[in-house]
Order: sequence, then structure tokens, then C-alpha cells
Amino acid sequence: MARNVSTRRKVVVTVVAWTIGILIFFPILWTFLTSFKSEAEAIASPPSLLFFDWTTENYFEVQSRSNYFRHFMNSVVVSFGSTLIGLVIAIPSAWAMAFSPTKRTKDVLMWMLSTKMMPSVGVLVPMYLMFRNTGLLDTRTGLVIVLTLINLPIIIWMLYTYFKEIPGEILEAARMDGASLSKEIIYVLTPMAIPGIASTLLLNIILAWNEAFWTLNLSAAKAAPLTAFIASYSSPEGLFYAKLSAASTMAIAPILILGWFSQKQLVRGLTFGAVK
Amino acid sequence: MATLHTRSAARLMIAPSVLLLLAWMIVPLALTIYFSFLRYNLLMPGMEEFAGFSNYSYFLTDPAFFQAIFNTLAIVLGVLFITVIGGIALALLLDQPMFGQGIVRILVIAPFLIMPTVAALVWKNMFMNPVNGLFAWVAKLFGLQPFDFLANAPLLSVILIVAWQWLPFATLILLTALQSLDEEQKEAAQMDGAGAWSRFIYLVLPHLSRAITVVILIQTIFLLSVFAEILVTTNGGPGTQSTNLTFLVYAQALLQFDVGGASAGGIIAVILANIVAFFLMRMIGKTLEA
Repeated sequence: MARNVSTRRKVVVTVVAWTIGILIFFPILWTFLTSFKSEAEAIASPPSLLFFDWTTENYFEVQSRSNYFRHFMNSVVVSFGSTLIGLVIAIPSAWAMAFSPTKRTKDVLMWMLSTKMMPSVGVLVPMYLMFRNTGLLDTRTGLVIVLTLINLPIIIWMLYTYFKEIPGEILEAARMDGASLSKEIIYVLTPMAIPGIASTLLLNIILAWNEAFWTLNLSAAKAAPLTAFIASYSSPEGLFYAKLSAASTMAIAPILILGWFSQKQLVRGLTFGAVK
Repeated sequence: MATLHTRSAARLMIAPSVLLLLAWMIVPLALTIYFSFLRYNLLMPGMEEFAGFSNYSYFLTDPAFFQAIFNTLAIVLGVLFITVIGGIALALLLDQPMFGQGIVRILVIAPFLIMPTVAALVWKNMFMNPVNGLFAWVAKLFGLQPFDFLANAPLLSVILIVAWQWLPFATLILLTALQSLDEEQKEAAQMDGAGAWSRFIYLVLPHLSRAITVVILIQTIFLLSVFAEILVTTNGGPGTQSTNLTFLVYAQALLQFDVGGASAGGIIAVILANIVAFFLMRMIGKTLEA
């Protein structure tokens, strides 16, 4: 039975929760609004919330001054590239560990996770030198390689927890009905595995998109994804709040939308299945 | 069909991941250890020589190192304090029946999805800036002198920015755990005359303890390596007032080109993280028992 709640209590909770929610969200809202102001209005005192001359010129400014689109594409290539390669490597591994586990499976999984615990800064120096010596510094390829490696344990873990939930009996049943291996894979396994794979894909694109240690240290002007490009606003010249806001809005909008669709998977992926 | 399930096939499927991660774990780390025993500066190529433990003793006796250790701990503990307490409160609030719950949830989660450089720069410029920031405007509204956050309280400012980013994470996980609490148990407690406070202490908090542990351990892993937020706001300064261990190693390596010293610092960071990881792994390991 549901709790009996008076309407008044519900209204009070609603008001408090919405107030706090809006306060927490406010910096993002403010960034969004500022991106449509002129630079003068962006620092006007008193600041105006909605009643200003809305303009989209900042977005064009940012693009024409710094070739924003290239950095955006760097982010797309690096996050999608590292995630897709990671999935190709991880799916067979997670599959094998979930469906034909051995005594050592648990140890292997725990060991994979432990690689994620290594602080990046512990290997910054050799990675930087290796990248410099092999010409991978400031290339998309280099960033894809590193991000694939740092997120591989999370991809395997997430896939493993999803695959683990596919009941083995269904495979048995399909086999009893005379399904061949290829049919088994196409008609039985794939449909059941796709939701888990999709969730893993989503979470990892978010993680890779926002990764800001390796992208900042291993890229410069050429391959810089948005994390590194936005960082260049830390030492700006002249008025820049509106332009910073426009650049930021475009950088965070796609991930905000993806993230809102995958709230549940976020919890699961980020706690390695410890909280579902 | 049986081939899919034979051991050798399974091994073959697992091999690429294992080999890649093995290489990723061993090669750079071995190099870091090797470099940490060399006198090796990028500005003086060809001058490398064995230096014993001198890099370690240099690093461990550098006043900046102690400041960095202190700052690292302050960031971890400060952010944990804000996010765990705030996260429990927010999760309890969001678990109540209300209008538009889904939308509030979305608003609260949002900061976690923002890339660190954007979050830090927005806070630095549009809120904490002593001339044009919103906080300055609010202060003036009340007739107060605007406070220069990043100059006068750089470490606290970094903690606040990072806490804003991680509060959603704690909230989301604690809320998920809260929602798995049996309604009937709560009702039974209520019928037995347990007040809201004792229900929280004796029923809700024990139920959340596992999720709280997970939040603390996972956040600690990430918070030990806060980097981008410091780089774009204070750049570790003024002086080394907001330099944490990660930033110190970065500065040693890529600003002073001291490969040996930075490597020694990196190894120290690895040892510290391993102490935390040990406990986290044991937690997660238990969930695998199933």
C-alpha cells in the first residue's frame, strides 16, 4: 500500500525540492542564458535573467575565431572511437566470462578493475615521453588509444553484469529446438544483449567526452577535444563571458541529453554493479 | 555450438582484453619506477644517470610536497563531507512524493554530466570573480565587500567546485539504494510508533551504509586525482596553496621537465591510491559472490 500523504505535505516537499533542484542546476542555466547575451550584457550589473537582447552572435564568433567545429569533431571522434574499439575488444571477453566462467574469472575481473584504480598521474611521465617519441602527441589516434585503455575495465565490467543477467536456460532451450550457432546468436542472444551493450556505449561516451586528464596533457592545438579547447579560456583576453558560455553550452548540451536518458545505467556503471 | 563454450575458445575471447590491460598496467608503470631512480631532465638530454633514492628524498623533503599532501587530503575529505551529507539529505528529499519528481531529478543530476573544465571556468568567472561574478553582485546587494574567492580561499573554492560536480553522484546512488528499501518495513516501523528520526537512524541509515561506503570509496579514487579543476582555476596557486599531489607531479614533469622527480612523485601517488583501492576492491569483490 502506498503511504498516505496529505496534499499539503506534498506541496511543501515539491516547493523545497524544486527550489534546491533549480539552485543546483542554476550555473548551467546561467551559462545557457549568458551564451545569448552580448559581452557587455554578460557582465552587466544588475544582471538580467531573461530580459536582454537575445543574440546568437557568440556562437558564430566562437566558430569563426577558433574553428570550434574542429574541436567538437575531435571530441566526437575520440569519444566514439575509443568507446567502439573498447566494445569490440570487451564484448567477447565479457561474454566468455559471463557464460563460461572458470575458477579464475572472478580474479581476472577484479584484476581488470584494479587497473582502473591506478592514478593517471603515476604513468603521466612515461606516457608523455612515449607519445612524444612515437609522434602520437596531439593526435586523435593517441587520445583514442589512451581513452580506450582507461575505460576498457569499466566497459568489460558493465557488459559482464548485463550478460550475467541473461538466463542460460534460454540458450539451452534454443539449442533443444535445433537452433544452429549462427541462429542462436542472431535470434536469441543479440536481442537480449543489445540493451546492455547500448547502456555501456552510452555511459562510456559520456565518460570519454568529459575525460580531462589525458586530453589536457596529451593534446594541444591540433587534436584538442572540447575539454582542452575550453581550458584555453582560462587565460583569455578582453571580455569573454558570453563566448565562454556559448562554447560551453555547445560542449555540454549533447552529453546532458545523453546522460538524462541513461540515469539508471550511470549508477550501475559507476559503481561497477555494486549498486543497482 | 559447443565450440563457443570450450575453455580454449573462452580463453581466446578473453585474451585481447587481458593482454592490453596487462601491457597498459606494466609498461608505463615499470618505466615510471625506472625513471624515478634517474637524474633525468628533459632540458638536459643525454645527461641521465643513476640517482638512487635522491629523487624520492628530494620529493619527500620538498615543502611543496607536504602542502600538496595536505591539499589532496583536504580536497578528498572536504568534498566527501559535503557530498555525503548533502547527498543523504537530497536523496531523502527526492524519495518523498512530489509533483514533477522526474524533472527535479534531472536538474540535480546535471552537474555530474558537465565536463570538468567547463564547470570550473563557469564557477571561476561567472560566479566567483570578484568584479563581474554573480557572488560579487549579491554581496554588493547586501552592502558587503565582494570576496575574491580564488585569491583568498583558493583551496576552498576548488573544493566547492568539485563538490558541486560530485553531489549528484552521491545523491543518485543513495537515492537508488533508498528506493530499494522495503516500504512495508517502513510502515511496520511507523505502526510500532517509531518517529521519523529513529526510523532514519535505525532503519534507513543501516540500509544505506553499503551505498555510502561505495560512494566514499569511488569518490576517493577520483578525488585523489582532481586535476582539470585546479589547472583552469588557480593553476595550483597562489604559490602552492591549491596544489594537490596530481598537480604537483604534473608541474614537475611538464613545467619543470624534471622526469626523475615527477616519476618519484607519481609512484608516491600510486602507493596512496592503492591503499584506498585495497578497501574498495574488497567491497566490490563481495558483490561478486553471487
